[in-house]
Amino acid sequence: MKTFLVLGAGTAGTMIARKMAAHLDAREWKVVLVDKDEKHYYQPGFLFLPFGMYRAQDVIQPKRKFIPEKVEFIISGIERIEPDASRVKLTNGRTITYDHMVVATGVDIHPEETEGMLDGGWRTNVFDFYTFEGATALGKFLEKWQGGRMVVNVVENPIKCPVAPLELLFLADWWFTKRGMRNKVELVYATPLSGAFTKPIAADALGAMLKRKNIHVEPDFNIGMVDAGSNVIRSWDEREIPYDLLVTVPTNMGAEVIGRSGMGDEMNFVAVDKHTLQSQKWENVWVMGDANNIPTSKAGAVIHFQQETVVKNLLAHIAGKPITHKFDGHASCYIESGFNKGVLIDFNYDQEPLPGKYPLPVVGPFTLLGETTINHWGKLAFKTLYWNMMLQGIEVPLPNDFSMAGKKPTSSKSPAPQF
Amino acid sequence: MTDLVNVALNAEGFMIDPNQWTKELAEILARQEGIDVLTPEHWQIIDFCRTTGLANGKAPTLRQITVGTGISIKDLFALYPKGPAKKVAKIAGLGKPEGCV
Repeated sequence: MKTFLVLGAGTAGTMIARKMAAHLDAREWKVVLVDKDEKHYYQPGFLFLPFGMYRAQDVIQPKRKFIPEKVEFIISGIERIEPDASRVKLTNGRTITYDHMVVATGVDIHPEETEGMLDGGWRTNVFDFYTFEGATALGKFLEKWQGGRMVVNVVENPIKCPVAPLELLFLADWWFTKRGMRNKVELVYATPLSGAFTKPIAADALGAMLKRKNIHVEPDFNIGMVDAGSNVIRSWDEREIPYDLLVTVPTNMGAEVIGRSGMGDEMNFVAVDKHTLQSQKWENVWVMGDANNIPTSKAGAVIHFQQETVVKNLLAHIAGKPITHKFDGHASCYIESGFNKGVLIDFNYDQEPLPGKYPLPVVGPFTLLGETTINHWGKLAFKTLYWNMMLQGIEVPLPNDFSMAGKKPTSSKSPAPQF
Repeated sequence: MTDLVNVALNAEGFMIDPNQWTKELAEILARQEGIDVLTPEHWQIIDFCRTTGLANGKAPTLRQITVGTGISIKDLFALYPKGPAKKVAKIAGLGKPEGCV
């Protein structure tokens, strides 16, 4: 009996375990899935928790619900991965030897990486919103808050979902307006980037939206420390921003077991071929979702677009055939912009987000890089799509390959460097 | 090549072809970034970024530079004010660091 091992039962791990169990001959293969946690979180929903739009039941379901019976699901931490020996040691004492392995151990926030972040203010007036606990605690704080300066800060990149901090600000602007207290709240976005987003055309469009909504941007702000005693964040170049409420996106790093096992870079991300997601070092190791080092957004939509490539390549590799399918870095993000509107961006490794229309049968088209109500409904509908289709192995009607259809090319402002 | 006339830059001022880079160009690019003189400390960082950047096909992030050179983030900011990773990438003729995806 051969073993197909999947580490991590989040979005990527759950989806690939199900797909591979469906494709591999059960008389020959056993699919094993390992995770330390029983709960599956719908992470895009964390954004809505602070504003009371979603509750716990919207974003948490038992992992087992999405794992088919023929997959062996083990609840345990991982002590060590030994890819040279194709072996994994679990914290429950068991050792698993695998023939092929997909690592999908995700990323976690690391507030301890920033001096002073965990001192005094943590979850008192300093919150993250990339965890269920953080987003829920922020919601409780906001219920009672009388106003002041709310600073949203990204510590360093890469982070899960680079647009989420903007969405939080857009929603905050809407929520405070609705409560009749927008005039008592100053909104500030302190980012290590030079503008609102990484790619120039989208950065211009999103930057204009921030300005229109009276959200001040402090660009090139690389935080050095949180001074919780005086409620100030300080950058390495000695700029200070006082806050009454600090919403932080702490350093995002891959799983600690990746570091312990010597498989990752300085942020515990595993190096892979960006087109195949196969490890650069071990040919029977593949890394999906947030755990790898590919230059895309760390987001669920990216995983959706990745999986077809990985499944086809895995099956080819197992059959001893060459790997021919290539992932193009396709990412698609609904950006919630408040007041029941949203913006859609669609891009890949080579093409930055452009304005235009995103053609989608039946429900579309969606407007790209412009605020519309239908984009907002697209964002909300995604939760249903996620729980009922993506995780259940039902094909979601989203084309995997990036397409220029409907997009309006402007003068390309930033060609990728040629190495 | 001692001036920028024949060097292809993108709209953000990053060189498009890292193979066009020379030490003389680095001096010119540095002056544009407000660094008048490149000291040996500056060069240590540029050399590290050139080596790892060309090997990996992408410019290193701030964290990679501080881990790789052993120079503290505070000192990196003193040498390359505002955004060291971006500034060094520009001066070293590399693309924008991909930490900023």
